[in-house]
Amino acid sequence: MDAIFLQILNGLDKGSAYALIALGLTLIFGTLGVVNFAHGALFMLGSFCAVTLNKILNLSVETIDPTKTDFLGNPLKVKTPYVQAWFGDDFGAAIIDWGVPLAILFTIPVMIGIGFIMERGLIKHFYKRPHADQILVTFGLAIVLQELIKYFFGANPIPTPAPDAFKGSFDFGAMLGMDPNVIIYPYWRLIYFGFAAVIIGAVFAFLQFTTFGMVVRAGMADRETVGLLGINIDKRFTIMFGIAAAVAGLAGVMYGPINSPNYHMGMDFLVLSFVVVVVGGMGSLPGAVLAGFLLGILESFASMTQVIDLIPGINQIIIYVVAIIILLTRPRGLMGRKGVMED
Amino acid sequence: MGILEVKGVNKRFGGLQALSDVNLSVKENTVHAIIGPNGAGKSTLLNCLVGKLIPDTGSVMFDGQSVLGRKPYQINQMGISRVFQTPEIFGDLTVLENMMIPCFARRDGAFRLHAYESVAAEKELAEKAEQMLIDVNMIEKRHMHSASMSRGDKRRLETAMCLVQEPRLLLLDEPTAGMARADTNNTIDLLKEIKEKRDITMAIIEHDMHVVFSLADRITVLAQGTPLVEDAPENIKGNPKVREAYLGESA
Amino acid sequence: MFGLDKKDSTLLLIVAVLTMFAPFILNPFPEGSALAQFNAGYPDLMQRFVIFGIFAIGFNILFGLTGYLSFGHAAFLGVGSYAAVWMFKLLSMNVIPAIFLAIVVSGLFALLIGFISLRRSGIYFSILTLAFAQMMFALAYSVLTPITNGETGLQLTLNDPRVLGQSATADGSIPVTSLFGMEMRQTFQLDMGAWLFQFNVGYYFSAVIMLIAFFIAIRIFRSPFGMMLRAVKSNQQRVNYTGLNARPYTLAAFVISGMYAGLAGGLLASMDPLAGAERMQWTASGEVVLMTILGGAGTLIGPVLGAGFIKYFENIFSKINDNVLHEWFAFLPDGLENFVVFVMHPFIGKGWNLTLGILFMLVVIFLPGGLVEGGQRIAKLFRKGKAKDSAKPTTKPAE
Repeated sequence: MDAIFLQILNGLDKGSAYALIALGLTLIFGTLGVVNFAHGALFMLGSFCAVTLNKILNLSVETIDPTKTDFLGNPLKVKTPYVQAWFGDDFGAAIIDWGVPLAILFTIPVMIGIGFIMERGLIKHFYKRPHADQILVTFGLAIVLQELIKYFFGANPIPTPAPDAFKGSFDFGAMLGMDPNVIIYPYWRLIYFGFAAVIIGAVFAFLQFTTFGMVVRAGMADRETVGLLGINIDKRFTIMFGIAAAVAGLAGVMYGPINSPNYHMGMDFLVLSFVVVVVGGMGSLPGAVLAGFLLGILESFASMTQVIDLIPGINQIIIYVVAIIILLTRPRGLMGRKGVMED
Repeated sequence: MGILEVKGVNKRFGGLQALSDVNLSVKENTVHAIIGPNGAGKSTLLNCLVGKLIPDTGSVMFDGQSVLGRKPYQINQMGISRVFQTPEIFGDLTVLENMMIPCFARRDGAFRLHAYESVAAEKELAEKAEQMLIDVNMIEKRHMHSASMSRGDKRRLETAMCLVQEPRLLLLDEPTAGMARADTNNTIDLLKEIKEKRDITMAIIEHDMHVVFSLADRITVLAQGTPLVEDAPENIKGNPKVREAYLGESA
Repeated sequence: MFGLDKKDSTLLLIVAVLTMFAPFILNPFPEGSALAQFNAGYPDLMQRFVIFGIFAIGFNILFGLTGYLSFGHAAFLGVGSYAAVWMFKLLSMNVIPAIFLAIVVSGLFALLIGFISLRRSGIYFSILTLAFAQMMFALAYSVLTPITNGETGLQLTLNDPRVLGQSATADGSIPVTSLFGMEMRQTFQLDMGAWLFQFNVGYYFSAVIMLIAFFIAIRIFRSPFGMMLRAVKSNQQRVNYTGLNARPYTLAAFVISGMYAGLAGGLLASMDPLAGAERMQWTASGEVVLMTILGGAGTLIGPVLGAGFIKYFENIFSKINDNVLHEWFAFLPDGLENFVVFVMHPFIGKGWNLTLGILFMLVVIFLPGGLVEGGQRIAKLFRKGKAKDSAKPTTKPAE
């Protein structure tokens, strides 16, 4: 029982990332009818927003500390980050420590901007082209973005630590009244899950309760009719693209402490997120979220040593196997209905 | 006993009874029109005949064999060809290639791995296809890219593609829908000619009364998913029930 | 010729002549000259031209004819390589059984994967094939290590049984791949003045196989089967209502193109007997898509052109470094020179992938028909120009 609970918890963080990426993919597919192979790259860019902010915060001014000398006897050069120089030692250090959460503020406008540019500059011209062309051009874009990041940030993963307060693990089991030391869970993973839940909730609320969201939902169901009503759907879709990009970016920012950002993380997640979307049902937002968590948890169950001993390698392929079975038995996925957002 | 026998067919979509207890018998070598106001279930009925939909209850027999549960290509191989409301042709291919494909399908069946043979060597089939194009007055367009033709020509090509298969039953779904008067008349002439020259059974779904009365030997009027009357054209014109069904809708 | 019409025969002949004389044609610059780095007449590179040509020709049978965009074709290439290396390990160093097994095994894989993937079309199909390829990649890296030797890759060792051959040569080294005694690595060199031409057995072997593969592709394009595939691409609804079962047609195309990929993989292993999982990665699948599109999907010669183009520039770009750039732009003023080198730096050397990605986008955006279409457009412009000329009243008296 405890073991099962632990695996569910372990699946939550990956499941959250899948769900967030799949949510954006579905939004874009549902509204614009475009299959965005560059969506994983947006997730990766989000992660690198945190890296960039960290680098900026750590920009240092070099001063000479006359009271100390280095081992050669020269005056010691001390690097002090500008933020520490400006805001005082303690507050500056705190800002640096909280770099990842702060990056959220930085990421949202950046990602929305990137989303706008992508939609207006590229995707827009592909609405009327065949799906194959959309796949290919976004695929090309994904390669370009990934290679650019590799060029500027190098090929190695860059650690982006969580704030000290959230480092380490805690005994989640004991908190819930179970035996102590059975369910040890890292703080940040729980935060990531909570964060994902908030974003998913916000996106759904936005679509459900605002006029804008209503139009978008109508557009997902029937694009042409809404266009005929004289509603400027294109502009709304651009905004939708920006939002989807921001969701992917946020998923990426907060994922940094779980997995150090590297240039190919986008593609790694993209393939799985596509599978998630297909399992959930193309065009179904609840399906995407549900399937994201489901597959994340399934993956963590498949990684249990007992299971791997039984079927070696199952953790590597479980998601694909499930996807294949689902597609063969329920071709439209768990909650999919063509062109309609909700069942 | 007709070549096509529809008995007691029901089809429901959620709360909508699209077809209720439809009976229909199409006699060999006649033109049978199925008319009715919008939403009468004409298209649903047609889709039940070609394997796109499966009725909830009832039977559809073609030449003594049930078509239910068969895939569209299997039903075609039984001898039923279908012309669509908006012409469905192979737009990327030339007119002659469009004609060759049904010829291959008729000769070689639903699948054959003729990957090492040459289309150019199929003289006999090409002649058959070209003869058909002559019959429908399209021979001079045979090397044209079919997507670039007018809608009337596409319809003509699609009909020819069906005819070259020598179907035992030709189904036409609103063959003149959305056409200009001139194109409509051309289509009527074409169908009349086909009717006279060939031993063929046709079932036409149509909205346009002019078309129906110029072609049909027999008419079934469908209203709200159920057949109202079935009679010869001259009797249908004066039938008060039919008027009511139509006027009730247009008023 | 061989049942082809005149136009196709001419095309085949041209390709045959070009491949046979490639060691000359691709080495136009004398050794040691500044331009020698643009030569491509090396055995290794020429082998890659024809082998990836085969890969792209096969991919084009699926994508060009049916329009089904597979994003996992590299998996079949990888499977072919593994199968071939195993043949070298177990049976003998003769390339014929190795290539045969590569084709058969990849065909079987294609049959299985195609059977499942082709139940869906459009994007679903692309995603399914991508998922299958990634799955095979993951398996090859981890659980299947006994078969694939994981990250290291499958290699020959001195302990391999090679029941029909020898485990080790007389001098104690691993034997090399050969065709009935003709070693694949054997190269005849011809010195002609400043030029050096290399004639490699492996290249000629691969080139002959590519010509056969190309010939079969032409036959398929011109066959009723090929016509049915184009019909499937054009209008699947009409195919169904014409009494044709689209599924086995597309499956056959998928298996054939999978076998082409396996053949290419087997040939790669025959030239250099090792196989690694990275050959199956999605980037490799993307590359063959790009080759086909760049050359011109659905055209006969396009994929061969695309494969040659990409492999050539991959080679050139990877060789260039900042020093080379400085040499090239030395004629510019210093500041400008440095700036140009700075701008070009991300695209060269290890930056080839970036160039590839940009190329990919540019082709899809501006030239969806690929190089073949581009060539046709230029030819049209010329003809138009000529037509205009002839329409003008000629001042010259007619002779």
